[in-house]
Amino acid sequence: MSILVIAEHDNASLKGATLNTVTAALAMGGDIHLLVAGSDCAAAGAEAAAAHGVAKVLIADNAVYAHQLAENIAGLVTELAADYDAVLAPATGNGKNILPRVAASLDVQMLSEIISVESADTFKRPIYAGNVIATVQSTDAKKVITVRATAFDAVSASGGNADVVSLDQVTDAGVSSFVSEELAVSDRPELTAANIVVSGGRGMQNGDNFKLIEAVADKLNAAMGASRAAVDAGFVPNDMQVGQTGKIVAPDLYVAVGISGAIQHLAGMKDSKVIVAINKDEDAPIFSVADYGLVADLFVALPELDAAL
Amino acid sequence: MKVLVAIKRVVDYNVKVRPKADGSDVELNNVKMSLNPFCEIAVEEAVRLKEAGTASEIIAVSIGPKVVQEQLRTALALGADRAIMVETDSEPQPLGVAKLLKAIVDKESPDLIILGKQSIDGDNNQTGQMLAALAGIGQGTFASNIEVADSTLNVTREVDGGLQTVTLTLPAVVTTDLRLNEPRYASLPNIMKAKKKPLDIFTPDDLAVNLTNTVSMIKVEPPAERQAGIKVASVDELVEKLKNEAKVI
Ligand SMILES: Cc1cc2nc3c(=O)[nH]c(=O)nc-3n(C[C@H](O)[C@H](O)[C@H](O)COP(=O)(O)OP(=O)(O)OC[C@H]3O[C@@H](n4cnc5c(N)ncnc54)[C@H](O)[C@@H]3O)c2cc1C
Ligand SMILES: Nc1ncnc2c1ncn2[C@@H]1O[C@H](COP(=O)(O)O)[C@@H](O)[C@H]1O
Repeated sequence: MSILVIAEHDNASLKGATLNTVTAALAMGGDIHLLVAGSDCAAAGAEAAAAHGVAKVLIADNAVYAHQLAENIAGLVTELAADYDAVLAPATGNGKNILPRVAASLDVQMLSEIISVESADTFKRPIYAGNVIATVQSTDAKKVITVRATAFDAVSASGGNADVVSLDQVTDAGVSSFVSEELAVSDRPELTAANIVVSGGRGMQNGDNFKLIEAVADKLNAAMGASRAAVDAGFVPNDMQVGQTGKIVAPDLYVAVGISGAIQHLAGMKDSKVIVAINKDEDAPIFSVADYGLVADLFVALPELDAAL
Repeated sequence: MKVLVAIKRVVDYNVKVRPKADGSDVELNNVKMSLNPFCEIAVEEAVRLKEAGTASEIIAVSIGPKVVQEQLRTALALGADRAIMVETDSEPQPLGVAKLLKAIVDKESPDLIILGKQSIDGDNNQTGQMLAALAGIGQGTFASNIEVADSTLNVTREVDGGLQTVTLTLPAVVTTDLRLNEPRYASLPNIMKAKKKPLDIFTPDDLAVNLTNTVSMIKVEPPAERQAGIKVASVDELVEKLKNEAKVI
């Protein structure tokens, strides 16, 4: 068996979720190849070659793959897939954008966000906002799968010594082009990779009050997250949303502040190791998943917490 | 411009679903069903395009058993002009849905096809991308803003690091994210009017689509339960526990 894993990267470096996806691929068994498709992505390719468990790295370095345009990258992956039994990608925004396009082009069903590999054709995945875990079996000759990174350990980023091959085919669908992007710049750890996440909800009342969260996050070297209500209200940007339809996080410590604990929010954070909830409503559902609950006004508790750390 | 909107009937987002006792599937008896929230956003966006004079006709499509007519009538009440139901009891998976939608796209030649980014029952997040692949057209997934200009479409997408804007050649597929718009409610007069709007019915056979499900559900089970922990009385106690008991800070 051989498996192609689509690397998540920003050309300069490999994103951590790639390493968790390699672990899922190793659990299926066989030879693992990593595809680094991008523009000026040699540095990410070199990191990919050092990842543990990877036999070969394919580098597709061309302007048409800049900005991860799904139409172009899916064309490339569909061509490459002829040589593989399975294609895996992390269930990131890019993975979710690209992989269904590949699956349809190969005329196979796709499995989204698997959380365990039971065998080479049987997997577990959450459905209904994680209220139910389904065990599913695929009889497709080629498996096309996205992997929930938080459900798998990462392979070591170093120690590997994969062959590196440059691809020269260029697949340009010619139907889409990049215009612009507005990416958040922050010195904080990335939300999905951080050991500690501090999130705020509608209880924060406005964007300015997120400074209180920021101060605590600074002390803990934590990433900042938010509920949908806080994002919809414009307190914070969309890339901070944690939940069923936002980001999935599973840090060592998750602190939910002014968040009620709707199932859609819990779906994104309830696999965290330790959960703390700060809420003034003692009946808030978030307390039913919290290891440590503090019933308090957040405008009192957050400054106290900042001072105590 | 002709706009096609694909909508799905799903368990209402407020329902906490449970597995059946035998673990064969989820319990759907007597459970409230609704229009998938992302599909509401899709319908709303089409209606806004029509109100702005950009769209001339809105066609709502749903695939499923006869009861999906309820959701199609909702879409008609919200402003769709006509509806198409592809009637099947076979619960097609995303590739099957995409193939059926592709057949409808071939019949209707819409300029823009709007879907939800995700159905909140299966949490697949696949159908729009699959349809775009089958139709060989561009995809603006997870859209938080769209702007139509002649034969192209600018789509602002919610990506992991923030926002990305792309230009797509029309026809194209758009999948909606939560911030694209805030859907309206249907008014009573519009609900009455919707009953008279046309609704065509096809079967997968009529569309020459063969549905084969290659993914089977072996079992469903509840997730590992998290036990509620303790309440702490003060911030100091919280910090002490996190340091000495949980050892996470
Ligand atoms: C299709 C769909 C997808 C969704 N996806 C997501 C998702 O991915 N992520 C997500 O988070 N949600 C999602 N939601 C929304 C979800 O259902 C809830 O509406 C949302 O999580 C509520 O956010 P909240 O807890 O911040 O707000 P609320 O439910 O309004 O809770 C605010 C909390 O703050 C507390 N509070 C207020 N003031 C104070 C104070 N001074 N001190 C302390 N506590 C205070 C209140 O007691 C309350 O518990 C989705 C919904 C739908 C329909
Ligand atoms: N049975 C269906 N009928 C019509 N549209 C559907 C159906 N299933 C999925 N869709 C569309 O595809 C979107 C994404 O669904 P999914 O890929 O299942 O997460 C939904 O929001 C709908 O717009």
